[in-house]
Amino acid sequence: MSMFRNPFDSGLRLRGGCSCGAHASQEAHARAMKADAVEAGETGEEARYERVVQSAIMRAMFPADAQRRAFLSAVGWSTAAAAISSVLPIGAATEAFAQTGPIEKKALKVGFIPITCATPIIMADPMGFYKKHGLDVEVVKTAGWAVIRDKTLNKEYDAAHMLAPMPLAITMGIGSTPTPYAMGAIENVNGQAITLAMKHKDKRDPKSWKGFKFAVPFDFSMHNYLLRYYLAENGIDPDKDVQIRAVPPAEMVANMRADNIDAFLAPDPFNQRAVYDGVGFIHMLSKELWDGHPCCAFAASREFIASAPNTYAALMRAIIDAAAYAAKPDNRKEIAAAIAPANYLNQPQIVLEQVLTGVYADGLGQVKKDANRIQFDPFPWESFAVWILTQMKRWGQIKGDVDYAGIAKQVYLATDAARLMKEAGLTPPAATSKSFSVMGKVFDPAKPEAYIDSFAIKRS
Amino acid sequence: MISSLNARAALVSLLIFGSFLLAWHIGVQGGKGSVAQMDPEYARLMGVAATQGKSAMPGPLEVGAQIWEHLKSPFYDRGPNDKGLGIQLAYSLGRVLLGYLLAVMVALPVGFLIGMSPLMSRALDPFIQVMKPISPLAWMPLALYTIKDSATSSIFVIFICSIWPMLTNTAFGVAHVRKEWLNVARTLEVNALRTAWRVILPAAAPTIVTGMRISIGIAWLVIVAAEMLVGGTGIGYFVWNEWNNLSISNIITAILVIGLVGMLLDHMLGFATKLVTYQE
Repeated sequence: MSMFRNPFDSGLRLRGGCSCGAHASQEAHARAMKADAVEAGETGEEARYERVVQSAIMRAMFPADAQRRAFLSAVGWSTAAAAISSVLPIGAATEAFAQTGPIEKKALKVGFIPITCATPIIMADPMGFYKKHGLDVEVVKTAGWAVIRDKTLNKEYDAAHMLAPMPLAITMGIGSTPTPYAMGAIENVNGQAITLAMKHKDKRDPKSWKGFKFAVPFDFSMHNYLLRYYLAENGIDPDKDVQIRAVPPAEMVANMRADNIDAFLAPDPFNQRAVYDGVGFIHMLSKELWDGHPCCAFAASREFIASAPNTYAALMRAIIDAAAYAAKPDNRKEIAAAIAPANYLNQPQIVLEQVLTGVYADGLGQVKKDANRIQFDPFPWESFAVWILTQMKRWGQIKGDVDYAGIAKQVYLATDAARLMKEAGLTPPAATSKSFSVMGKVFDPAKPEAYIDSFAIKRS
Repeated sequence: MISSLNARAALVSLLIFGSFLLAWHIGVQGGKGSVAQMDPEYARLMGVAATQGKSAMPGPLEVGAQIWEHLKSPFYDRGPNDKGLGIQLAYSLGRVLLGYLLAVMVALPVGFLIGMSPLMSRALDPFIQVMKPISPLAWMPLALYTIKDSATSSIFVIFICSIWPMLTNTAFGVAHVRKEWLNVARTLEVNALRTAWRVILPAAAPTIVTGMRISIGIAWLVIVAAEMLVGGTGIGYFVWNEWNNLSISNIITAILVIGLVGMLLDHMLGFATKLVTYQE
């Protein structure tokens, strides 16, 4: 949760490095994850907003890690904070962010798909985070991604839970009329898995998967891109050697039981649900492909953000609060109990507990433990958007020249931090990018075209 | 003789139902007792389907218990996504009646027009032929895109799917009113409007009501599909939400309820047919 940490800590890298890209090493990452979770729960929200704004400013001022660390170790963090405050009014920016202006529209409708990715959006209702920020939010369960897209475009929903690639696709007008969309926050990182039907329990090598029928939740989903990536890295052409279908998450387990599909890369709880019902087993978690990958997003139209900025800010505060609360491992069981009823996910509580705590049955008789099975980190890195765009182009969803950085900035940089900095008379960060690696291959957000060209299997 | 036939039919019905329940009950008794081979910690995390080899299909007793649960509190409201079966049915019936009444309001006048004018009949025929067989689910994306409101979209889909049987039946009934009756009206110099109202309408009424009866059945079929797709409220959403939870006993409950309500709607129009039927 780099967003909630002290950015003036010289030992901290704001980009590059470990699996999530925010730490110097994997150990530091693990330590910080633990510390964060505690800190996020304990420190007041004022302090948390301050950190969010400070992080954004530090990233803007020192795009290179080495430079920033040198600066911090030379002067010490308190001096650095004071020095920067004298030039840039961090206090004012934080205030603007935390300030509760008159809320333009109190009663809101937020759409969600019943999966654990939506945890912050959902839990904010039963656990009172929306109410705390003066909002009366009705979270409405929706049947599928296409419907959530259409209902959001229709303005039936003020904001919605979407897949991370969807706001990009909507903004560019692929699969819908182009409507400027913004993604205020990533909801979760990791939290997906590849599940295979029980009959394939001896086929653990993806090279033996030719002829399989796969299901992913939507064409414009991280699931689709990660599955294609994984298959292609193993020499299987995802368009020619296998069939990949878009199936709403809720229908995947039923389809696997009916033998309609061999495997799916899907959001939880449906991987765990397939195990729970003895229908399939978890082949691998998505974090084994890319630890810290984004999955779902909290998105709203530019129009809504512009017409009701205070409402949007209050919504974002509720989501950030909820994400911080969800990041703390001790809270996970309580959250599982809060979101299990029929009004929300409508799943057995034990299934959700396994997903959220990371102590889970794998379907083959083992109990596995992975505390990072799902994590909640709201910062919308632009480089995530660039990676998604490279995959859209790689698989022919978009053609021709793509303004990677421009689109990423337009959709993903609409963060509260940047917007509120602007309001406070500051220049928003020029770049909020970090590099990361997918299946061991480093992605450089500055060279998207070269990245696409480096793949053997592609459609463009 | 008639009453004893009825009694015997009821007996056979009961026998069929009883043996169906028995076969169902026996059919779902799966093998049990594989829990011993499982690590208890692992078993705790798994469902009964995996640990005890219990069939995912519930038995009639479980379904009965589920139905009883729903009957006990049909109108509970635990938030926007969890409402009682009674409330969901009310939402669905509301949508069906609205869409259906709109369809009636359009289908009857247009059907009259087509029936009375051979020119319009031929002119509109290709449109009707193409539009008639389109599935409600095919309309839905288009409706959502153009109407921009999901509740109105479901009503529109009901409208567009239930209009055709009424339209064609009305046109057929109007076109096949006995020529002698029309000739009598003409010799008596009854004007066109009065002829339509006093001669054609009563004469064509049985055909028209039969069309309406087919249509209400279609409307009720369509609402489940439409609500499953759009979600939110209604009996179709209930089915989808329980599918989400793989709760077969709730789905069976919903299927029974859908069937019963459909039967009631059909009987209401069946009764209306009896009212307008005449002996020549």
